[in-house]
Order: sequence, then structure tokens, then C-alpha cells
Amino acid sequence: MPQAFFGGIHPNDQKAATNKKPIETLPPPARVVIPMSLHIGAPCTPCVAVGDQVTVGQKVGDAPAFISAPVHASISGTVSAVEPRIHFSGVPVMSVVIENDFNDTPCPALAPPRNPDGLTPEQISALVKEAGIVGMGGATFPTHVKISSGLGKVDTVIVNACECEPYITSDHRILLEHPEEVLGGVRLLARIFGVDRVHIAIEANKANAAEMLRLKIEEEKAPAVVDVLRTRYPQGAEKQLCQSVTGRQVPPGALPASIGCAVFNIVTTTAIYRAIHEGKPVTHRVVTVSGSGVHEPKNLYCPIGAPISDLLDACGGVKQSTFKILMGGPMMGHSQYDMAAPIGKGTNAILAFADKEERTVDYPACIRCGKCISVCPMHLQPVFMYQYEQAGMLPELEAAHLPDCIECGACTYICPGRLHLVQAFQAGKQKINNAKAAAKAAAEAARAASDKKED
Amino acid sequence: MDYKDLNLIGSSSPHIRTRDGAGHIMGEVLIAMVLPLAFAVYNFGPRALSTAAVSVAGCCLFELLYRLMMKKGNTLGDLSAAVTGVLIAFVCPVTIPYWILLIGDFFAIVVVKQLFGGVGKNFLNPALAARAFMLSWAGEMTTWVGPRSTIPAWGSFDAATYPTPMSFLHEGNLSGLQQMYDIPKMFVGLTGGSMGEVSALLLILGGLFLIWRKVITWYIPVSYIGTVALLTFLFPRGNDPLQWMLYNLLGGGLLLGAFFMATDYVTSPVSHLGQAIFGIGCGLITVFIRYFGSYNEGVCYAILFMNLTVWLIDKSIKPHRFGVVKAKAERRRKPRQSPKKEALKK
Repeated sequence: MPQAFFGGIHPNDQKAATNKKPIETLPPPARVVIPMSLHIGAPCTPCVAVGDQVTVGQKVGDAPAFISAPVHASISGTVSAVEPRIHFSGVPVMSVVIENDFNDTPCPALAPPRNPDGLTPEQISALVKEAGIVGMGGATFPTHVKISSGLGKVDTVIVNACECEPYITSDHRILLEHPEEVLGGVRLLARIFGVDRVHIAIEANKANAAEMLRLKIEEEKAPAVVDVLRTRYPQGAEKQLCQSVTGRQVPPGALPASIGCAVFNIVTTTAIYRAIHEGKPVTHRVVTVSGSGVHEPKNLYCPIGAPISDLLDACGGVKQSTFKILMGGPMMGHSQYDMAAPIGKGTNAILAFADKEERTVDYPACIRCGKCISVCPMHLQPVFMYQYEQAGMLPELEAAHLPDCIECGACTYICPGRLHLVQAFQAGKQKINNAKAAAKAAAEAARAASDKKED
Repeated sequence: MDYKDLNLIGSSSPHIRTRDGAGHIMGEVLIAMVLPLAFAVYNFGPRALSTAAVSVAGCCLFELLYRLMMKKGNTLGDLSAAVTGVLIAFVCPVTIPYWILLIGDFFAIVVVKQLFGGVGKNFLNPALAARAFMLSWAGEMTTWVGPRSTIPAWGSFDAATYPTPMSFLHEGNLSGLQQMYDIPKMFVGLTGGSMGEVSALLLILGGLFLIWRKVITWYIPVSYIGTVALLTFLFPRGNDPLQWMLYNLLGGGLLLGAFFMATDYVTSPVSHLGQAIFGIGCGLITVFIRYFGSYNEGVCYAILFMNLTVWLIDKSIKPHRFGVVKAKAERRRKPRQSPKKEALKK
């Protein structure tokens, strides 16, 4: 079984808590908050006003730019506010608040295209944009951009079902419960890029899903092949996955399309299927609620915009000793402080921790063991990058290829000195960007001054 | 449920960490040193145990006092002071007076380690630097007792100097050495010498334990021991290269140094290639000192010298950048054109 990428770690996957639990539907929330920013790129502009009646799937935010994706109402009801509300990124973001009428009236305008099999790749891409599909593994990069920028360059299409972060089982359950949607999406991807077979990459710890898919593919003669990969974090990171499947490495600063690869998350794949064959935009997703602080871990099918507190309530609440609540996995997720924050298109998990999984110490100290170097999947030397960042040595920091860091957290996980490496690297990237912006501004000011003199 | 009264903290990812912290790692090093220490007690008597205990207590005390005085937090939990304590005892003869031992502890912990910023900041191996400093008391540091002595923890003892394998090796007297200690004796450790260096068997077991537990990598021990083996086999003194090589590997502090000293994280390179270079350097200098030095053992100074080169090794070895490996290989495949030829073409 190939690992193929360098380094990585193998934490306890903790998936047993939820990987045998069928997906349940979240009890309808009283209200949802749909932020205008559920993706990477330009935020949407609200296209509904307070008092408007909206229906499930109706567009409530228009995408103003190419790198953006529209947002849709996930429940039917009345718009009660259009104002900045707390967002899972920690800052208020312009949002549309909808009071639920509990009717779940579908939007009458939504209908699947008449002949889904006759669509050109460009038409599919346009429909994908209209449906608001973004990378639903967590990165939330608009999918239509990935499709249109990859057309003509891509020879390997990879569907990412690695789910390499501990605790999360939403992708696993979707594979087991909705394989027809997965394979439907795979057929579309094969047609878009004109490939004979799509690689479905699954980590070995989901052997039952891999076996079931294999049988299904054989049965339906689907244009796909299942690649079982070694269980190793970060197997599901885009660049590492391309390397595991094709052996090619994405050059620094480039996209997978530059080496002929396109990677789509498994949930994104099912969303493409639903958009093309059922005419449905992204309004719901499966979220794993787990962790030592949750009484009853579950996989929940939730409307996007439902508050985190509703998800936790559906799992019996959290223990009083809970000290951290995360959106996303334990390796790359974001800690949350306001449970009114809504879940987004890329939210694959809500985790509550009551045990000290963090193991922080009062005096973090590097002992130069070099373990961070041997786990870094990007071939970096975190030990020295950390020293440069702490000393404010920005040129050295950039020369050590800090911008290559994907912030997977493997170095921080393995560090026996308990250094806050990822935190330092995030700060370092910010410092480098600030310094560049300052240098640019200074150069412009100098040019303006010299222009004035010449006048 | 109301989530407002939870005591939530926010922090940067990742939110889980491995169980194995610095304390765990140093604890495993201590475990690996239990058998050699037990053998020292068997071979040299109860004083071996009390020496180790005094040294550990001294190191921990100096670390605690210094951190308190400087109003820094207590770092005894990382166990690195305890490891230094045991290692200092290991490189001393069993007859070492306790007061010299404590001076060594002070030098290692305060001067070598804490004055440079504490754990992870020292550029010399504290135990070996302490040993080099303690050799100021050259007489006490080179008073060797024979195997199977029973030196009491307190009170007087007969401290007649006894020849160690290293003194024979230094003279190039292979046959004298063979008469006194045969190879099995050397391997088990029934010889004279520093407390922790005598039993090759148990040091190798301890080293394998550390490699198995992934505390150390095999690069430094293998390159270090391999270099010494190769050099002593190629340039033997006496007529039996194999025997000469074996005595050089089993005698003196080579195995203790290769498994427990040279592999110290703080004072060895971080990359695997760097570790191999470091080990080869240690091997070269060890053999040079053993062959040409006036002192008969070279391990301590070889490692200390190579400690000083670690920054250079670390700076010169950079991993292949992700995504550019292929481009480099392609460049290599292209025939190189010299600027002269290009000029001629024009």
C-alpha cells in the first residue's frame, strides 16, 4: 500500500465514535443565519430584503465576481434581518437571517436541466457556479473556478474521500449511504475532463466503503477506480494526494492543474451530481458532531446556516468540563467561542473537547530533536523556521520557504517541546505579507515624490 | 443548553498533540541507562549507585536553584537534568570524590546549559563538557579500579590504579591486552574503566531500545561506530586487524558515546544526512586522538569538537523543496553547455 508522500503523522483516528452511526437529520432550526462569505473569494451581495418570503434553494446572495459562489436559503420562511452576524471565522460578516416557517417549501424556480447528459463542460461549470458549489472538504474554493481553469489541462481527476483528520466520519457515511450520488458525480467529472476513469482515493481505515464502492463500480461499469491509500495524515491534503495518486509534485505556488491533476472532495462530487441531475443548489451538508465533550456523538444532516448550538443540542449537549469547541477537524479546525455562529459549506465536523488532548506546557522549549523535519509533508524545516520567526528574521524566513507551508499541523502535533509552530508560521506569513505591502507602499510613495520633483 | 457559561479557550490549530513530550523521551533515555547502571553496581560495587544518585541530585538541584534565582519556571519535569546527571556519573571513575562530581554537575547545568538559555540552547553536550572540565583533577579522574571490585558508598577504599583496556590500546600493546582481557570479557564488560562505559553488551541493548522506541535514529551510532571500525581495521597496530578493531570498538567510551552522547538532540544535526556526517566526523576524530594524541581516549573530545560544527552542518543541508525535485532532475539530464561553447556558436 503506497504512502507516496514524505513525512506525515498517524494520530489515533477516533472515528469509531461515529463511523457506524447512520446520518440523522437535524431537527429543524428556528432560524438560520446565511453568511455572505461561505467560500474563498469575493463575498456575495444580499439579494433579498427584510420581510421577504424565501423558499428552500432560493438565492439570497449574488456572487459579484468570478472567484465567488452564490449562497442560497436552506429553509423556507421570512427574512428577519440582513446585517453583520458572528461568523465561524470569529468576526461579524454580512448575513441573511431567516425565520423558519417549518414548511420546507422548495423553491419553484429550481428544476434540473432537460438533458443533463447533453451539457457541455462550460454549461456544467456555469450550473455548478449557480448552485453555489465550493470545495466542501473545508477549503471552500469555488468549484466552477477549478473546473474552468482545469479544462484542457487535466489528465487525472481525483475524488478525495481520504478524510484523514481524526474524528470526522461525514465523508465515510456519505460513501456508505449515498454511493449512487458519488458515482453520478464521478460520471459527470469524467465527462467534464474527458478522462476514462476517475480515481476515488480512500484511506485504508475505510475499507468497508472502498470494498462497497468497488463492487458498485463493477456492477454499474462506472468510469472510476478506487485507490486505497495508507492511513496517514495529511493524506487528504490536495498536494499530497496528487503525489500519492500520480507521483507528481505540485510546484511551489502552483495549482494541481499545472501537473494535470484536479482534486474534488467527495461531498463536492455529490453536490455536482445533485446540481446537474436534480437542479438543487448547496443548502445542506453532513456534519460529524463528536469529541470527548459530546454526550452522544452523531452524523447530522443539517441546513447550512444552522447555529452550532443546535447541532450540539441534537447530540445531547456538551459536558460542563468542555474547554474547547472546534469547527472542522482537530488538526486544522478553528476554535469557536460563540455557539450562535452558523455552520458553513465547508463544515465537516463540530468537535467538543473535555479532555486535555492539547497537552500544552507552561514553558515550550525546542530540544532540536528534528522530528518536525521528518514529518513535514512539504519538505520544510520547521525547527529553523520557528527560530527565524521568533527572531523576526523575515528574509531568512522566506528563504526557508515558509510560504510553502500548508499549515497541516503535523510538526506541532509531533513536537515534544510543545512549541506552537503553526501559530508562529501563520504569524510569520502575515509578517512577510505586511512587510511586502509596506515596501510596495514606500516604493510608490518614493515614485510619487520623484514625479513631483520633476514637475 | 446554554453554552455561554462554558469556560472555552481559543487557540491556533492543531488541537491535539502526541503523548510523547520531552519528559517521555528523556524518561526513555533513563530507562535505557538502567541496565548499564545496574552492571556498574555489579562490577564496581555500591559506590556506583551512590555516585549516580549524587550526580542526579546535584544536577536537579542546580537546575532548580538557577531557575528559581532567575525567576524562570521549573523545568525539572523534562527530565533532561536527570539524564545529564546519570551521564556525568557514567563518564567518571567509580572512585571520583563526590565534591568533584558536584562541581561537574554545576558546570554542566549552570555554565554549559542554563547560561545559554536552558534546555535546547546549549551548544555542547553538558555531560561531556563537564567531563572535560573535571579533568582539571586529572589524578582523581584517571584512578581506575579493576573489575568485580566492591567499592563502598562511604568510607575508605583501596584506590590503586589499575590498567584499563585503553592504556594498552594507547601503547599499541595488543598482545598484553589480549592476555589481560579476552574479547568475551570486553563484550560483557568485566574490565576497568569509567562507570558506564564498560559493558558493551548492555550499552548496545540500551541503544537498540532507544532506536526501537524512535527516541534516536540509527544514523549517528552506525556512522560513528562504522567509521571507527573501518579506520582501525585498515590501520591496525599489531598483526591482527580484526582483533585490533574489536578491542577498539569494545574498549573505552565509544559505545556509550555513540549511543547516548553523540545522539543528544540538542547538540547534533537535525537532518538525517547531517547526522551521518556528524557521526563520521566523530569517528575520524576519535581514531585520530586514540592514535596520535597524548591522552588515550578520544570519544569525549571528538564529540565535543563535532558539537561545535553542528550549526555549519545544519546550515549547509537543506531538504529538496516540494515540487522542484523533478525540475532539478531534468536540469541534470540536459547536457551542460559551457559559456565558452555558447560564445563560439555566436
